[in-house]
Amino acid sequence: MKQINLTLPYHPESFADFTPGTKVLLNGVVYTARDMAHKRILQLIEDKKELPFDLQETAIFHCGPSPARPGAICGAIGPTTSSRMCPYIPALVDAGLRVIIGKGNIDQSYQNYMTIHGAIFLVAIGGASAVLSQHVVSCETFLWSDLGAEAVYRMELRDFPCYIPL
Amino acid sequence: MRKISARAITEAIYQAIRKISFEPDPDVTRLLKEAQNNESSPLARDALSIILENHRLSPTLQIPLCQDTGSTILFAEIGIEACLAEPLSHSLNRAIIRAQQEIPLRASIVQDPLFPRVNTGDNSPGIVHITQVEGDGLRLTIGQKGGGAENTSFLKMFTPAAGANDIVEYITAKVLAAHSRPCPPLILGIGIGGNFETAPLLAKRALFEKLGRPHPDPQYRALEEQITEGINAAGCGVQGLGGNHTVLATHILSEPCHIASLPVAVNVQCHAHRHITVEVSRETN
Repeated sequence: MKQINLTLPYHPESFADFTPGTKVLLNGVVYTARDMAHKRILQLIEDKKELPFDLQETAIFHCGPSPARPGAICGAIGPTTSSRMCPYIPALVDAGLRVIIGKGNIDQSYQNYMTIHGAIFLVAIGGASAVLSQHVVSCETFLWSDLGAEAVYRMELRDFPCYIPL
Repeated sequence: MRKISARAITEAIYQAIRKISFEPDPDVTRLLKEAQNNESSPLARDALSIILENHRLSPTLQIPLCQDTGSTILFAEIGIEACLAEPLSHSLNRAIIRAQQEIPLRASIVQDPLFPRVNTGDNSPGIVHITQVEGDGLRLTIGQKGGGAENTSFLKMFTPAAGANDIVEYITAKVLAAHSRPCPPLILGIGIGGNFETAPLLAKRALFEKLGRPHPDPQYRALEEQITEGINAAGCGVQGLGGNHTVLATHILSEPCHIASLPVAVNVQCHAHRHITVEVSRETN
């Protein structure tokens, strides 16, 4: 099993060997988004409004964390099913997004769109929330706290384990 | 007639939710270890080692096994000589709300599926199924079910022309089409028979069978094995990372059905299989 380190931001012109089946230890700042947050981000793009964070400099993590206990950095952390977010992928990639973290497979047409633009999909392990939480250095509600678990959280990851899907 | 207080029931449910949020089912741990020992894909082996590490860390750190702390399902067997102080759904919802706040769990329920999808904010309401039984006992089976796996569950109304092979073929194709979306390795709960509303209930009940128990009927046992082996041979594997462990166990429950019908329902369960059965005893009353 091949293993590489990836530090965000990731730009496709920088060299990286993303052979399917490679394990990736991810470092850097990511933003979570699930169904509702995607709808709102897409609305901002459609309305030609400024986005709350620079998509080129980060990754979107398909994740809705559980609440942190008092004093803890974060609660349970893990990916949600990425195929639900497929319809939003082209607009996000057009707006500069190059790294998506999630789980499950992405429909082929959307995967193709990502590949053409040099964007990568990283699979994180579902149902390993206590382990993954240990790779989160900081976690805060960044935007749309009215959405609860579906809000956008800003997370800094350290050696966060994921894989390039087969 | 035995009276059972609302406090006793709520407390029993709360403690049950608390336990399954952090403590993995030992049978799942055992099956995952067996899988790891027989896994052909290095990638899947790596993923399995992280999942097994999660089984160790979750109870130690008191961080839920999965961030999708799910919807809460309660199957209750109520003795005809037991008298509950309040409707069971009230006790369940109080326990859910307390669990959401104190553990804390993720609030993952919306008030309405469409108009509009607003989060209830406290993970209530739960889902209750009640069966009446003899005696004065109260037996509660509680499950926490994530959305990803539930979304890939399915039902088909076969007709009696279908044979066991048609059913195996259909289930295998559907589970493989879901690929890694339900978070394999999976447990499959299958309900055969009943009708349009009871087959899915049977399928969910089948998930609460003792994990890995072979079916007492050799014909159904063969069906369970065929389904597990057929899916595992196709190579989706742990989290879609390849290898030979997409399904850890398949459990079938069956019941009588109409002469024209052959309903088949499959409830797909991820490896974060959180469930427990508790008796609300006299002592806790």
